[in-house]
Amino acid sequence: MKTRTRNFLGQLLTLHIPLVPFILFSLFPFYFMVITSFKADGELYNLKANPFIIQLSPTHPDYSGGPTLEHYQLLLHNTPFLTWLFNSVLVSVLATAISIVIAILAAYSLARLRFRGAPSFGTAVFITYLVPTTLLFLPLAQVVNRLGLADSVWALIVTYPTFLVPFCTWLLLGYFRTIPQEIEECAMVDGCTRFQALIRIVLPVAIPGIVCAVLFAFTISWNEFIYALTFISSTAQKTTTVGVTAELIRGDIFYWGSLMAGAVLGSIPIVLVYVVFMDYYVSGLTQGAIK
Amino acid sequence: MASVTLQELSKRFDKVTAVNQINLEIPDKEFVVFVGPSGCGKTTTLRMIAGLEETSDGTILIGERVVNDVPPKDRNIAMVFQNYALYPHMDVYKNMAFGLKLRRTPRPEIDRRVREAARILGIEELLDRKPRQLSGGQRQRVAVGRAIVRQPEVFLFDEPLSNLDAKLRVQMRSELIKLHYQLEATMIYVTHDQVEAMTMGDRIVIMNNGEIQQVGAPMEVYDQPINMFVAGFIGSPAMNFFQGKLTAQNSELFVDLGKFTVKLPKSQVNRFGNHVNQRVVFGIRPESISDREETGEHQQERVPAKVNVVEPLGSEVMVELSAGDHTFVGRLDPTTTARPMHEMAVYFDMGRFHLFDAETGVNLTHQ
Amino acid sequence: MPTGALEQKPRSFGTTTAVRAPGQDSFRKKMSLFFQREQVLGYTLIAPAFVLLGVLVAWPFCMALYFSVTDSWVGQPGAYIGLRNYWNLLHDAIFIQTLQNSFVFTFSAVLLKTVLGMALALLLFRTVRFKKWVRGAVLLPWVIPTALSTLGWWWMFDSLYSVFNWTLIHLGLVQVGPNWLGTPYLAKIAVITVNVWRGLPFFAITMLAGLVSIPQELYEAAKTDGAGAWARFWYITVPMLKPVLAIVILFSTIFTFSDFNIVYVLTRGGPINSTHLFATLANQIGLQSGKIGEGAAVSLFMFPILVLVVYFQLRFVRKE
Repeated sequence: MKTRTRNFLGQLLTLHIPLVPFILFSLFPFYFMVITSFKADGELYNLKANPFIIQLSPTHPDYSGGPTLEHYQLLLHNTPFLTWLFNSVLVSVLATAISIVIAILAAYSLARLRFRGAPSFGTAVFITYLVPTTLLFLPLAQVVNRLGLADSVWALIVTYPTFLVPFCTWLLLGYFRTIPQEIEECAMVDGCTRFQALIRIVLPVAIPGIVCAVLFAFTISWNEFIYALTFISSTAQKTTTVGVTAELIRGDIFYWGSLMAGAVLGSIPIVLVYVVFMDYYVSGLTQGAIK
Repeated sequence: MASVTLQELSKRFDKVTAVNQINLEIPDKEFVVFVGPSGCGKTTTLRMIAGLEETSDGTILIGERVVNDVPPKDRNIAMVFQNYALYPHMDVYKNMAFGLKLRRTPRPEIDRRVREAARILGIEELLDRKPRQLSGGQRQRVAVGRAIVRQPEVFLFDEPLSNLDAKLRVQMRSELIKLHYQLEATMIYVTHDQVEAMTMGDRIVIMNNGEIQQVGAPMEVYDQPINMFVAGFIGSPAMNFFQGKLTAQNSELFVDLGKFTVKLPKSQVNRFGNHVNQRVVFGIRPESISDREETGEHQQERVPAKVNVVEPLGSEVMVELSAGDHTFVGRLDPTTTARPMHEMAVYFDMGRFHLFDAETGVNLTHQ
Repeated sequence: MPTGALEQKPRSFGTTTAVRAPGQDSFRKKMSLFFQREQVLGYTLIAPAFVLLGVLVAWPFCMALYFSVTDSWVGQPGAYIGLRNYWNLLHDAIFIQTLQNSFVFTFSAVLLKTVLGMALALLLFRTVRFKKWVRGAVLLPWVIPTALSTLGWWWMFDSLYSVFNWTLIHLGLVQVGPNWLGTPYLAKIAVITVNVWRGLPFFAITMLAGLVSIPQELYEAAKTDGAGAWARFWYITVPMLKPVLAIVILFSTIFTFSDFNIVYVLTRGGPINSTHLFATLANQIGLQSGKIGEGAAVSLFMFPILVLVVYFQLRFVRKE
């Protein structure tokens, strides 16, 4: 009996209690963003009001009407937020689709086929991932201009694969390597060409890995900032990340409420995807660790 | 015609020669077993026959067709892999039907063949299960069933029983033998287990270092091994080898084994005459060593020995003995009185010995 | 003389002589064709990736190299000026400041992430109840778009309305809250905090995966050998995690060093260039001011440093 309570206390002290600050640290900013987005301006810009909560009791001196939707309304009516959202979805979906296809082909080729220079090709692909986007954005802006894609979501759809493909190839390469070669060989004896074996046998078996790669690619695309900032200037073509950060500041006036609303709404799609597919995110990072 | 012919077949990986100019003809309907230690080239040879490895040199024929450049899917072969290679995302039925579906076989025909194969193998209730729901033995049967359904000219087996536990292995062995009788097809079987080779093959092909050492029926290879490698590889427990020298005295031949000699029967004098005073290896199988004197057709050599270890197996007793500087194993009757650390004289059956050239390993006994 | 049986290749045992292949030469040609097939397929499949990366990574990289040795302006091709851009930068106070910032920033952030990430990973490893929720909560900062979450932090650090200041004042610790983003020292702390917040999940989850892969028997053997908790951690956990740690630190160093989002949204590089990193400085010079040559030189300064980092990390991993 005594040991059980001691165990419980021990766990409490060494596990649950230390864990709390980490979780608070992780979640607080998001909580704060949500709270702020529903807070009326009166309360928001009140230096004395408690920033952690929205005042609900009408008799409180800081009360300003309770939670409000005005920031969201401003966001949705006075800014092309929905356009930005649509742009983000469009860019993310298309860039992901293109990248996944290219990555599957490249990863399969590197995993299975013996051809001269295969290891060097693999290393080259991996190295491009280490060339940061913040290095390439300047000249890429010129290339994009030259290709006539300036100021269009297509600039992003075309350039995002440059960092998505190496990452997805690396991820899928790991997955393909865990699929026993014998299955494909058997398929080839059964009557497939190499390519048919890839489509009918390898891909169905690799679906968890592919889902992982798709999720990561989509998330990274959605979050991307510097290319979207650099290549696109007209408001209607912007993606959510750039639109919210750039357009909700008029001169010196910060529409904080709407900024937070935009930040929240801009994050919701990804958070939803994340919640539904959380296991895949974790397994993707896990795979990366145990290369 | 589903014969398989290999002519001067070679395979090189960079600087390593895995298979070195092997020649073999396998007639239709034969069950031939490739056996040898790891790395001897047997699996590489099988994979070249399947088309999963490209040949470096030589020709492969299936029937009358040269198939070197023919992709695996067009060679009309079926292969059973060591790890079964079942398609994990398909149920058993679809696994077995896959090859036929690719060939656009009409569905009723597919269904007929799949069910027939399932019946033969006793896996009818498993048809809608996924591979991960099956035991090792069941997966193995599905893999075999997948091959049967294709009705190929040649069946290829790559160590299919290695991943099964001992009991299951024995059971599957006899089932595969029965399958061969039923299907009457050419089967090429690769294994490192010489017991499988002996029990299953019409003929055994023993390989080492990429070369064929000997080809023959099981008993032929067992009784007349062509060299020391084959003699030592086939048969369990292995043949005993004694390093010595062939000497002559008074027109009789002896094998000088250091602290004792073995006299060879008079009938063998002419055979080994040319090798007097050369180093030789005297070979005798454990079952040709007895602990009692017997009068029989063959001469017996009495060898005083000391018993080291006694291993009773029930139906027989394995005994490790020492004589002079040599250690060897005898297979004795369960009524033996052998006791560890005790002296005991044993008798070599001189009708069943082998003499090998110590330099080349060639068996001088059966020329 | 008995025929030796070893050196001869056992001849055909069949009754018929096999049909020979039609001549050695055309056979060799056919063989090379077949051999090519796997080669051809290999190259074909990897071609799209290669083309993409060639056109949109290799070429721009070369362009960046080219720009950096010219005095180009946006829309105006410039003349070759050799290494003058680099020379100027090395004598430019702002650039030196940026260089300093980058190293301090990267070093502190990665160090914090490693230590805290390890601690968090150990905690997560032992968490059984609500495992999914806890992991979900921990990973959230990494999933949310950085630019958007940084907006939240910006509001949290606002000079007037900062929630931290409000808390500090209400706890009676200060009279007036510090101007986080307006004070160079504090701004750096703010940027590092946000970066650690964003990057910690990656470290924690990846190291958790590494922890899970350590066989339990090692710990059991150590316990019977008399090792306490700290000894077990230091002599088993850390060495076994070295490969994972190396990879994670490698990636994190590269991405922290070249970070843009956080600094741009939070401080734009200020105050007084105290938070400028290579990326934001390059953006300011290259795009906002239009001096592409100089901007490219700034970006490229990153490259040799990154290469060195990668090299040493990989060597460290290979040694294991």
